[in-house]
Amino acid sequence: MSSAVHISWFARHEFRLAWREWLAMMTGGRRRRNRAVIGLLVFAAILHLPAYAVVGRFANLQLPLEPSSLIVLTATVFLSWALMLSQAIESVTRVFYARADLDLIMSSPVKLTNIFSVRIAAIGLSVTGMALLLSAPFIDVLVFCGGPRWLAGFGAVIAIGLSAAAAAIAITVLLFRLIGPVRTRLAAQIVSAVIGAGFVIALQVGAILSYGTLSRFALLTSDAAARFAPDPGSVVWWPARAALGDVEVLMLLVAGALAMLGVVMAVFAPRFAGTIASVAAHPTAATSGRARSFRAGSRQQALRWKELLLLCRDPWLLSQSLMQMLYLVPPALMLWRSFSDSATAIVLVTPVIVMAAGQLAGGLAWLTISGEDAADLVATAPLPPSRVIRAKIEVVLIAIAVIFAPLVVALAFASPWQAAVTAIAVVVVTASAAAIQLWFRAQAKRSQFRRRQTSSRVATFAEAFCSIGWAATSALTLTIPGAAVVSGALTLITLAVAWKISPKPA
Amino acid sequence: MTAELSALAVRGLTKRFDRPAVDALDLTVRIGEFYALLGPNGAGKTTTLRMVAGLLRPDTGSVSILGIDALSDPVAAKQVMAWVSDEPMIYDKLTPLEYLEFVAGLWGVDPGTSETSARDLLVSLGLEAHLHQRCEGFSKGMRQKVALAGALVHDPRLIILDEPLTGLDALSARHVKGLLQERVRDGCTVIMTTHILEVAERMADRIGVIAAGRLVAEGTLAELRQQNGRKDTSLEDMFIALVDTEPAAA
Repeated sequence: MSSAVHISWFARHEFRLAWREWLAMMTGGRRRRNRAVIGLLVFAAILHLPAYAVVGRFANLQLPLEPSSLIVLTATVFLSWALMLSQAIESVTRVFYARADLDLIMSSPVKLTNIFSVRIAAIGLSVTGMALLLSAPFIDVLVFCGGPRWLAGFGAVIAIGLSAAAAAIAITVLLFRLIGPVRTRLAAQIVSAVIGAGFVIALQVGAILSYGTLSRFALLTSDAAARFAPDPGSVVWWPARAALGDVEVLMLLVAGALAMLGVVMAVFAPRFAGTIASVAAHPTAATSGRARSFRAGSRQQALRWKELLLLCRDPWLLSQSLMQMLYLVPPALMLWRSFSDSATAIVLVTPVIVMAAGQLAGGLAWLTISGEDAADLVATAPLPPSRVIRAKIEVVLIAIAVIFAPLVVALAFASPWQAAVTAIAVVVVTASAAAIQLWFRAQAKRSQFRRRQTSSRVATFAEAFCSIGWAATSALTLTIPGAAVVSGALTLITLAVAWKISPKPA
Repeated sequence: MTAELSALAVRGLTKRFDRPAVDALDLTVRIGEFYALLGPNGAGKTTTLRMVAGLLRPDTGSVSILGIDALSDPVAAKQVMAWVSDEPMIYDKLTPLEYLEFVAGLWGVDPGTSETSARDLLVSLGLEAHLHQRCEGFSKGMRQKVALAGALVHDPRLIILDEPLTGLDALSARHVKGLLQERVRDGCTVIMTTHILEVAERMADRIGVIAAGRLVAEGTLAELRQQNGRKDTSLEDMFIALVDTEPAAA
């Protein structure tokens, strides 16, 4: 087989795998795929409604734009790029560490540079494909309301997707070179979390410090931002201009992104094999003796300690927790500012904390309740199942308490009543998330966390609705207590429905 | 033989999935015995042992472990028993020593003795150099050894092993076999399934052959030969002769 034939054959193989993985992720691996795909298409169609609410009013934007609109559009494009970069770093890390087929590939008589070039391209295309999918409802709305010139938005998404993938590969390989394979996995996930959340948070922090509001648009549309903005001909505005239909700039951007990906393929593909070999050679992290804590107490204590230790050693969870904590920085800053000017905006802090607690509790509850790597061991231990479950739920509560208690304590200095409402809401949202995970638990390996949403769509939606519901209830308790009763009742009904339709043990 | 005198007494044990996996099985294993449970793929060996270990609820029947009714008092039964599956059940993010300490904690082992015993077990299985390394990069054989050490650390009186030698090299397999025989000499009971008939032939005090969810032959090697009518026949020949006539069940 010639080199070119090899590349095209391997590219087909990669795309088939990527397609099946995506389909499995979307359908949860169920056989009724046609129904699932139809359901997804219907869902995508429904997404056009919120997309219309968000971007519909911008459909008539035309070049040349005033500076504040250019800044908002450019910031949005940069935010998308940061999110794609974050997703791409995660994809590249998976390629290095999930070695399902790497032994086979590396032992085959083909030129590895070609193979890994294809794999790099596949990462770029999958990142871009996902971005196109997510941005399609927004661009569709703009095209429908503002004309076909907005079709250039798809081109802009392709350009930023490809460049994000190229940057992600360069960052990850450089991390390997700088800190070695053992630390790269955690570092890459943390970098990915920080990049994903960092931009939005930085804007919010800027808005809070300058204008006392959580809205990032306050900063972007401010006179100060306009004063510091480059002149209209600057390269900085190219992505915004491309999205608005400037075909020449769009072509330049796409060409630049392709060139970036090409350079990354040429430079890094020959080193992929060496990087992967170094991962295989250093797969484990040494740990100093902390076993003593397992012997410190009861059997439940051993279980709790095991769960806490595993949570602390979970790179994904660490990065997600870090991201949650980063998202808490703006409300914390808001809180700090409220001491001086007693702004009513401090009420916003409560629902933000409750939402963050709900999301984190859902993940933690899945990891402790469903993600049991040694299910047989725990099942054969001399402990009633009820105590095992209780110990696991306690771990979720402890972890949430450790993360959110400092914020609640700080809140108590500003408003004891609000702190009490927040504390109760955090406990309730955590208990709800744990209960949903308990009702819908399906034994799985912790490594399957990324696909946890696909195991039960009902559980995923119930968890999300409960987080939103309890966040709303907590905010309404502080502002319109009568409405809080209605919101709380609706959230309880959501929980009851989830329990009713959850699979019951035989 | 009464239930109190046996390490394991199973009566009328039945489990159906799409079809009967275990079919009214009666089985008795004496205290201090090394018992090998043989059978073709899908014969019901693992299903039987998972029901004994409390991992699967039988449809009907009773399970008595050292006189304890395992169905009505599973916690007491689990306290004296250990289960090792063919797929090692360990945590990637724990070190072998941490794993053993965790298991010791679950079984409520005296903290004073568990550390020494955990260390000794891991060293005896050749894992001395890996005591403080996380298990995530371990080979299947190493993981199997860690799981086995975990099963032994709480000093069980009945050890149930499902294909414990899978993935082990010759030296490791010898270590494991030696460790199990040592436990049997100390009065512990071992029930093991294996496809390596030579292991059963050499190590087992008694052998049970299961096919289509039923026990089709049982006894010492000599008794099995006697039942077969040929004194010089190998276990392999007898096994094939026994299971070839029985359709596989599950």
